[in-house]
Amino acid sequence: MPSPLKSLALSALLALALPVRAQTGGELHFCLHGEPKTFNPILVDDEASENVRYLTGGVLIRLNRQTQALEPALATSWNVSRDRRTITFHLRKGIHFSDGTPFSSEDVSYTMRLLMDPATHSTTGDSFRSGEGTVQVRTPAPDVAAIMFPAPIAGLERLFDQVAILSAHSPKKEMAVLGPFYVADYKAGSYVLLQKNANYWKRDAQGHSLPYIDGVRLDIQRNRDIELLRFRRGELQLINRLDAEQFERLEHENPAVTRNAGTGLDAEEFWFSQSPAAPLPAYKKAWFGMKEFRKAISSAINRSDLCRLVYAGYAKPAYGPVSPSNHFWFNAALEDPKYDPQGALRLLAQAGFRFENDTLKDRAGNRVEFTVVTNSGNAAREKIAAMIQQDLSQIGIKVNIVTLDFPSLIERITRTFDYDACILGLVNTDLDPNGQMNVWLSSGENHQWNPSQKSPATPWEAEIDKLMREQATAPTEKERKVKFDRVQQIAAEQQPFIYLINKDVLVAVSPSVVGVAPVVLDPWAFWNVDTLRLGPAPELGVQK
Amino acid sequence: MNAVKLRVICAVVLCVIFVVGLFAGTVSPYPYAKQFRERPNAAPSSTHLLGTDSLGRDLFARLIYGTRVSLLLAPTAALLATLLAGILGGFAGFVGGWCEKVILAAADLSMALPLLFVLLALRAVLPLDISPVLSVIATFTLLGLLGWPSSLRVVWAATKNLRNSDFLLLARATGCGRSRIVVRHLFPNLRPVLFAQFWISIPVFVLTEATLSMLGLGVIEPLPSWGNLLRGLEDISAVSANPWRLTPLVLLILVVICFQLILPAQEETA
Repeated sequence: MPSPLKSLALSALLALALPVRAQTGGELHFCLHGEPKTFNPILVDDEASENVRYLTGGVLIRLNRQTQALEPALATSWNVSRDRRTITFHLRKGIHFSDGTPFSSEDVSYTMRLLMDPATHSTTGDSFRSGEGTVQVRTPAPDVAAIMFPAPIAGLERLFDQVAILSAHSPKKEMAVLGPFYVADYKAGSYVLLQKNANYWKRDAQGHSLPYIDGVRLDIQRNRDIELLRFRRGELQLINRLDAEQFERLEHENPAVTRNAGTGLDAEEFWFSQSPAAPLPAYKKAWFGMKEFRKAISSAINRSDLCRLVYAGYAKPAYGPVSPSNHFWFNAALEDPKYDPQGALRLLAQAGFRFENDTLKDRAGNRVEFTVVTNSGNAAREKIAAMIQQDLSQIGIKVNIVTLDFPSLIERITRTFDYDACILGLVNTDLDPNGQMNVWLSSGENHQWNPSQKSPATPWEAEIDKLMREQATAPTEKERKVKFDRVQQIAAEQQPFIYLINKDVLVAVSPSVVGVAPVVLDPWAFWNVDTLRLGPAPELGVQK
Repeated sequence: MNAVKLRVICAVVLCVIFVVGLFAGTVSPYPYAKQFRERPNAAPSSTHLLGTDSLGRDLFARLIYGTRVSLLLAPTAALLATLLAGILGGFAGFVGGWCEKVILAAADLSMALPLLFVLLALRAVLPLDISPVLSVIATFTLLGLLGWPSSLRVVWAATKNLRNSDFLLLARATGCGRSRIVVRHLFPNLRPVLFAQFWISIPVFVLTEATLSMLGLGVIEPLPSWGNLLRGLEDISAVSANPWRLTPLVLLILVVICFQLILPAQEETA
């Protein structure tokens, strides 16, 4: 396992030593883990297409993945009205699309019209749908665009990081782009070739045009082991997200190529089914509905062991719905999740449970036993389940483990509710709490422990509903933060989701790529692709 | 070494493995699920004869218990498949006519069923609160129920040959009833074929379970089987660093070879 100091020292050494040899030009080579479904940025709905969008799309505002702050991109400045319904952009002048078509406010208007057109079915557009009515765009000047929404939208500016501007006039339609690269070639199932956009607007501090590299070759490769093998052979220069096992193996072979960006936003979580429609015995429903029971389970799980044994130390115990690496929204006042089996037994005793002969029984004498489901084929989750099984046996609880294929699992947790408890992962790409609206609102489909409620089943869920709605319309980020801090506090007190771990973001980068600074936000390793350079390929020192 | 000696050695090896598996609870130094978390991925030592896995579980204990699961349930599934094949194949071959056509069509249909999806469907419809052991038994039963068609074809062909043989014609001519022909003449002559099918099927079912477990669809954690122990071999660099992890694979190969070497003895008795 790498020490943070060692990693830092290595990064510093690489940063100091390699720029001397770095040059412009060359082709960066890495893999997409699936076939991009579309090159139309409006229709993006999958990770591969999103990566292509990031590399080719020009946006009005860019979220700096390192500082987590918003930065001007195609818009030099912007302002949001007090009612948070209108945003006005002041655009850069003299910008051209990759095919030479000039960029103006008309393009912003065209993009927003397309994005909000119900016939387009744009997932990106869905995040802008705030209420009944249409979105209107005014273009008083070629470099000014004002967008008016029918209802206030919290975190409005941030949403524009996902909106790649399309040309209203280019004959090349969506293939004319404003980002650092454009799609030059594509062979289905094989590769996507991106070439440098000579009209890219950005310059470095010395005034040199960006990007430094001439192109990016994205091989379509689903098999992570083959990807790793090709990286070892020097055929790839970057692996954007490794699992802990692969990372440890690579770290062992050549620590110079592995980079740990820190604790990521994704979490593994455990929850009990609390849906009244669940076909479970009444006594089980009573256990799962008890705050003390859920808190006791949480206290009896040794999260440090999960991090150490399942993730080889490349994970951190999870605090709650927000990872500590989400600098602004994380509630630092939350208590650490402590492993305390004795405390768990005390909580259970308060709730009327009895611990006799290494067995836990409820007030009516029922043995506490439940089944945990997770998806089959996921070795990490199976290990987590096996460890939870042993941890809970210490407090007399018998846990059975069942792995199901994904469709069957989804059927149970979303439709039939025929399960006791579940372990799954939460993929979190959005820093803003609005991205978790569907999870926290009691009416949400992803309110997994008791989804799609007509009215909140408990007072604390009603309070969360109120807070989530208030934060979405609060005029300032500070006020929103106060509300969402309280949501996190309620989640920690009630434990509807028992958060287990946050995985580290692990990547591999060849020393020939200069300027890489992996971050915990998507797209992790190549977020600053326009400032990356390629140096001569050094000996990797790994199996060729 | 002559063939008979080799078969004896194979039989002894199989018996030893079976007995160790059967008395896993007595032979094993630890429970198979016990995690020694302070000793993950430990090398073999006097405390842990085959070392430990990534969760610190004793690999020797898991191997012994895994042997019990794989080696007790695979022959049971093989017996079920052979019984079905014997009854249906014998009936089709002996009776002929539309019965034969229906049974052979059913066998073809059954062979066309994708086993993986049938097993997925089974797991999805089973109640969640059944014990892992029952779940494994259900899986092997299904393997047995779906494993008969290939054996059926062999039994059917052998029965058809026997039906047209001179000794059965003679038996019929002397007034033997159908049931007497089946019990006294047909079945004794089919016995070697059925034995051969049974012995062939055992390693097939052991390997099927191993394949399913490699895909995460066989025996569920923490219950061990050879299949889920083989999942530890996915990481080839870890294997080269810890060669003792190959033990389940070696045992699997040994058992399959032993079954194959015993087989000719059955054929020779035919």
